[in-house]
Formats: sequence, structure tokens, C-alpha cells
Amino acid sequence: MPARASGRLNKWLVSGPPLVYLLVFFAIPTLIMAFASFRTPGEFGGLAPLYDESGKLDLNVESYTRFFSETVYAQVFVKSVGYALVTTLACLLLAYPLAALIAKSPKKYRDLLLLLVILPFWSNFLIRIYAWMIILGPNAALARGVNGALAWFGAQPVPLLFSSFAVLVCLVYVHLPFMVLPLYANLEKHDQALLDAAQDLGANAWQRFWRITFPLSLPGVYAGAALVFIPALGIFAIPDILGGPNDTLIGNLIKQQFLETRDWPFGSVLSIVLTAAALALAGLAAWIGRRQTGGGGAARA
Amino acid sequence: MRRRSPWLCACALAAYAFLYIPLVIVVVYSFNDSRLNAEWVGFTLDWYRKLFQNDEMLTAAGNSLLIGLTASVVSTVLGTMAGMAMYRYKLRLLPLLVLTPIAIPEILMGVSLLIFFVMLNITLGLVSVALAHIAFCIGFVAIVVRARLAGMDESLVEAARDCGASPWQTFRYVTLPLIMPGVIAGALMAFTLSIDDFVITFFTAGAGTVTLPLQIYSMIKIAVTPEVNAVSTLLMLLTLLLIVVASRLSPNLLRSDQETAP
Repeated sequence: MPARASGRLNKWLVSGPPLVYLLVFFAIPTLIMAFASFRTPGEFGGLAPLYDESGKLDLNVESYTRFFSETVYAQVFVKSVGYALVTTLACLLLAYPLAALIAKSPKKYRDLLLLLVILPFWSNFLIRIYAWMIILGPNAALARGVNGALAWFGAQPVPLLFSSFAVLVCLVYVHLPFMVLPLYANLEKHDQALLDAAQDLGANAWQRFWRITFPLSLPGVYAGAALVFIPALGIFAIPDILGGPNDTLIGNLIKQQFLETRDWPFGSVLSIVLTAAALALAGLAAWIGRRQTGGGGAARA
Repeated sequence: MRRRSPWLCACALAAYAFLYIPLVIVVVYSFNDSRLNAEWVGFTLDWYRKLFQNDEMLTAAGNSLLIGLTASVVSTVLGTMAGMAMYRYKLRLLPLLVLTPIAIPEILMGVSLLIFFVMLNITLGLVSVALAHIAFCIGFVAIVVRARLAGMDESLVEAARDCGASPWQTFRYVTLPLIMPGVIAGALMAFTLSIDDFVITFFTAGAGTVTLPLQIYSMIKIAVTPEVNAVSTLLMLLTLLLIVVASRLSPNLLRSDQETAP
């Protein structure tokens, strides 16, 4: 069958090169990292030789033991989850009215309004962090105003920059577009007739929102939550630049292990734990999303 | 046209202000005649003049452009192939490999590539950064191209095949011209992502190589200076221009992010 053979050839010609590239520069490095988590750290950083002096294969679970036996790492992990959770909730609260407004706007303005949400996302990540260094800086109007007010009440001045507050504000700032997009995509599809029917039956604005709009928007909420929570969990630049000494998150720990302490096996363990958490959450979000859309469709039918 | 409560408008307005005020402040202070980014003193272009006399900054800009161009060309070719393959064939592994790098935290790709390059004795520098950038740009190009293909009239391809065109001819003379806006949008997007990337570059650049984001990072770790505002303003201008052009070419770009949703 020459036709089918050439079809298969075409399939491999088209999908082969990107597949090979991503295998070499994404899948294999990830597997190497997973493997590195079982190796011994080198004397001068990096990795020790795979075979020790006696020629024995040097693989162990010491780095995992260290991760699970010292509570300080669990604490950093819990703190990272906490920051990511707060970020997700704050993004949801800010993004919902915005997405709802865009979805209710006349069609011709929607793309523009949406573009305005996305544009900041395309400006440089570091610039967006740097902007908050300026706004929260000790000489800026905000800090002077806040501390002036605190002094008036007789309280000690508080630094806004290099604090958990700065980290959280910037986390929300950077991730907000990721929440708006899926929410908008969901809200845009809502059937106005449902809300009209509810109103005819005497539901007030709050009831219409809480009993109809919100439950129907849950797939969008879950998708947005995953898109915000997962990258927020692994962030290192924001606490690195805006955080104080207590704002070490899992991302900072990973950076430290790879570039400062140079304990690669332990850094790999931390990265593997983060990967596992990210993939589990992504899978969970996809699963809930499918159930929700499936269930919602059945209910409506 | 629908009921729009003033409360909703106020919230949305506040959200837009939250998104834009920080960026506006960066731009405004780049023209401020004061070392401190604290209050407006007077208008000056000095910070821009200083920027163009700063050799480190110019080297960094050159590196960023070189990496950005290489990464966007290669990732556009590979990403277009991936997008076509994902649209045309039922594949399991490719979509997973294309979408996962976008879905997981960037730092993971950064550190795994760091181990990989060091193990293979590939010197960390321009080449390793470009290789890393290509890897994460492929997915974004593939998503845009696939969206464009989904909006294409499949009967045109069938007609070409019925008229005796080879698969290559069909691609070259029918499919490619039709998806070209998507391909160009993907290329612009890849260039922007590459020139803006900090995290993956941070891990794969090694000690000697500096790109614009790395240069900005080392400057803001030392002090806040309006020179950073000036370079930021120029960089924002460039990337925003590219993205506006790209989103004109491919309106689907606006929705590309949610397709990466797991």
C-alpha cells in the first residue's frame, strides 16, 4: 500500500523534528534531573562521579531522606503553597468582576478590553517586579503616606518593600491575566435567558449570581486557579527581589541549591517534588474541569 | 446593552488601574531628572543617553537580539510542524511534550537544562540559552498555528490533492499561505518570549553571558536607578509593539493562553 506508507512517512516528517527536539531538550533533561536526585553531591558542587573509587554504582536516597526528615524544608513547601493559595484567591476576587464586565460588554469592545488585560503580561517579567520596587520603595509616596498615618496613631513605621506584603502584591499582579482569560472564556458563553428566567421567578441579583452564574462558571474558575497556582508555586524571582529574609519559597531554595550551595542532588529532589505537585494539580484541574463540563451539560439537557 | 452595575464597572476599572499604574510609573520615571524614583523633579532624556553609552547594556542588548532571532526562527519552523502534526494526526506524546513545558513552573526547565548542558560539557553561553529558548517557544508557536489551522477550510486542501498536488505542493501553495498570519504571529510571539525570558536564561547562561533581562536583574539587585526605567521603557515598547502586531495577525492569540490550560 504505497499511499498508506507515504501517509505514515508524512506523519513522521511533520511530527518527527519537533518531537526529537523536545525529547532531547525537555524530556531527557527532566529524566536526567530525576536520576540526579539519587546521586551523591560532588566534592566541589555538582554531582559526584556515578561510580565511586571502588567501582561501585553510587546511587542513594539520601537527598530524599534529608528532604523528608528536616522540617525546615516542609515548612518552606507549606509556605509556598500558602503564598500560591492566597495569590489564587486574590486573583479570583479581582479577576471575576473584570471578566464579567468584559463578557457583558458589547461584542466590538470585547477583544480590545481583553487585549488590555493581556498586554501587561507581555511586558517583561522583571520590569513588572521592578515597578513594585518603585511603588513600595521607602521614599515613595505610598510608604510615606502609610507610615505617616501609622506615626499619627503612634505605631512603628513598617517597611513595605522587602516584605511578604510586597511578594504577595506582585504575585497577584503578575498572575492576574491567567485568571481573567479562562473566566472570560467561560462567562462569555453563558445563556442570558437563564438569568432572565431567574429574574422572572423573583431571584434578586445576588441569588442570580450565586445560584446560576457562579456554579456555571466553575470550570473557568478551576482552569484559572490551575493557571495561577502552578506557576505561583514555583516562582523564585519575586521573593528574590521583593521579599525579606522570611520569604524564602521553594523556588528560592531550588535556585540556592543549584547556583549557591551547588548541591545538585538535593536541588533535584526539590525540583522533583515541585514537578510532582505541579503535575498532580494540573491533572486534578483537568479532571474536575471535565467532570464539571460533563455534569453541567447533563443537567442542562 | 445588558444590565451593567456601577459596582461591576468600578471593580473592573480598579483592576485595570492595578494592571497599568505600575507600568506607567516605570515609564514616567524614566524621564525624571532625579536619581531617586520617588517624586517628579523635571523632564530629562539623560537616562536614555547614559543607556546608549553603557557598553555592558549594549552587549546585553546585542546578545538578546541574536538569541531572540535564532530562537524565533528555529522554534517557528519546529512549532509550525508541531502545530500541523497535532492538528492533522492523533498523537499522544507530541502534545504532551509541546504543552507540558508551558504548564509547569519555568524554574524546572531551567535547572534540568542546567544539569543537562553541564553533563554534556556544553559551555553555558549564547548557544545553550538559544537551545533552551527554542524548547519553550515551540509550544507557543504550535498553539497559534493549530488554532489557525482549525479555522481553515479543509476542502481547499482536499481540492489541491484531487488536482494532483503532492503533499509538499499542497503544503507550500495552499496550507502555508493560508496559515501564514498564524506562523508570523507565532514567530513574533517566540521572539518576544525569548527576549523577555529571565528564569530559564538565568540558569542556562552561565557566568560570562548577559542578556537584557539578566542585566536588568543585576542592576536592580544593587539599586533602583532610572537607567533601569529607561531600558525597561524601550524593551516594553518593543515587545508591546510586536504583540499588538501579532494579535492583529492572529486574533486567536488572545485565547491562546487558555488552550494551554491543563
